[in-house]
Amino acid sequence: MSLLEVKNLQVAYGGIQAVKGIDFHIDQGELVTLIGANGAGKTTTLKTLIGMVKPSGGSITYDGKLNGTIPSYDYVRHGLVMVPEGRGIFSKLTVEENLQMGAYYRNDKAAIQSEIERVYELFPRLKERFKQLAGTLSGGEQQMVAMGRAMLSKPKLLLLDEPSMGLAPIIVEKIFEIIQMIAKEGVTMLLVEQNAKLALEVSQRGYVMESGRITMGGPARELLDDERVRNAYLGE
Amino acid sequence: MDIFIQQILNGLVLGSIYALIALGYTMVYGIMGLINFAHGEVVMFGAMVCITVVSTLTHSGVNLPGWAIVLIGTLVAIPACALLGFVIERVAYRPLRGAQRLAPLITAIGLSITLQQVAILIWGRNYIPFPDLLNSDTVSIMGASITKLQVMIVVLCVVLMTGLLVIVEKTKLGRAMRATSQNPSVAGLMGVNVNTIISATFMLGSALGAIAGVMVATNYSQAHYYMGFMIGLKAFTAAVLGGIGNLGGAVAGGILLGIIESLGAGYIGQLTGGFLGSNYQDIFAFMVLILVLIFRPSGLLGEKMADRA
Ligand SMILES: Nc1ncnc2c1ncn2[C@@H]1O[C@H](COP(=O)(O)OP(=O)(O)OP(=O)(O)O)[C@@H](O)[C@H]1O
Ligand SMILES: [Mg+2]
Repeated sequence: MSLLEVKNLQVAYGGIQAVKGIDFHIDQGELVTLIGANGAGKTTTLKTLIGMVKPSGGSITYDGKLNGTIPSYDYVRHGLVMVPEGRGIFSKLTVEENLQMGAYYRNDKAAIQSEIERVYELFPRLKERFKQLAGTLSGGEQQMVAMGRAMLSKPKLLLLDEPSMGLAPIIVEKIFEIIQMIAKEGVTMLLVEQNAKLALEVSQRGYVMESGRITMGGPARELLDDERVRNAYLGE
Repeated sequence: MDIFIQQILNGLVLGSIYALIALGYTMVYGIMGLINFAHGEVVMFGAMVCITVVSTLTHSGVNLPGWAIVLIGTLVAIPACALLGFVIERVAYRPLRGAQRLAPLITAIGLSITLQQVAILIWGRNYIPFPDLLNSDTVSIMGASITKLQVMIVVLCVVLMTGLLVIVEKTKLGRAMRATSQNPSVAGLMGVNVNTIISATFMLGSALGAIAGVMVATNYSQAHYYMGFMIGLKAFTAAVLGGIGNLGGAVAGGILLGIIESLGAGYIGQLTGGFLGSNYQDIFAFMVLILVLIFRPSGLLGEKMADRA
């Protein structure tokens, strides 16, 4: 059975239908990419999965349970974690405090501390700046904080909303390395990306979203070879 | 010179009480961008509850030292006000979350009047004297005199403010409070129950307000249903002066305002050639408020408003 099963999901903001009945699923251990143009409804989809936005129709089943039955702040306790668009770091908390916030729901102090150390090993630049206010970091460093913070939440299903947005190629590479590393550790992931090529290359499967609908889906390799995808999203 | 030092000391006492109350305004503003104008009434309730307990104990003839009776009164007033703060948020503000800014503001003013009326129903319209239980010996510092009670007030304020700072800066609760104030929806993603944090903030601020209320009542030896209005407005001014939303700012603003006001009261006769007396001391607080709002609306230590929007 899939870890996440979405059926006929619809989301509206006031009168505007942002997501118009989509179906998709993610299996345990998969890395799945969702691509689509600006305004297609990708962020809305992620926000609905994590309970920040209420759907107007359809169903979301995560880990065998129907979402919407627990308060949204409890999702993280069930392993549903999101790195939001624009990173969502706490700019007036220090780097370390941001990481600690990721572990807010946990009480295993010793394990938390050693996992923070591990994040510092992955991102030595954060270690050097652990006492600095996160708002003073560069965009790339902030994305590292956001990724590290998500790791501290011990995700089962990690939703990443455009982790490469506005970053220099070398940082993008680093972030994608980390994404692959997290995937190898068995974390299931749904990745939303503008950088479609890179995202599909690291994914097993992908979906294409266009104005609120999923118009294509399949193995990432096939999407990479698909002419329509190449024309619209890979800039070829 | 004597009068100068004397007024600085008086200002310090007054200012530390303002600071304690200003913290309540600034904490709530920091976390939800709301001015809780009913906070002054929470302070008044703290004073009233304490007086009630203290008078009851005194009249029942228990054999306890005066300070112990006042301590018991305070220890009753603290949870009573924390509860009041909790209820205020639940009943008056939570239903308005996400509403336009004006709605909670009007609610706050309505709530403030309602609480005054409730106080009249319970305690009446007259001044209620605070039983004479505390040592009123004075100590003299550089030719100025200050009562031991006032020294106690200042010391206790410093301890409480330090304690609050430690909670906010060093504990998990404080971290969650700061995270929530910066970005409630992302804090929610981390598992923070934003409602719990907001409740905790109201309760903490109200508990400090209760203690401030007791301090005011003991310092002036009386309490009154309307006392929260003026002291609340002054403390609000202090919070704005320091930069609303900023804890250190509330402390600095409170003490500064207390000193400005005392010096003003001490010299206003000279300044106006005897035209205005020290009973006009209140104008200084409001002059400060107006000047700050005109020239530096973000306050002394506040950041730009754009940061918060
Ligand atoms: N809070 C909101 N209120 C009203 N409309 C919204 C809101 N958030 C998003 N929308 C609308 O919903 C549609 C989908 O937006 P969404 O942010 O999900 O797109 P997206 O695929 O993530 O785009 P991008 O690639 O630019 O991030 C857009 O038309 C957008 O204007
Ligand atoms: Mg988006």
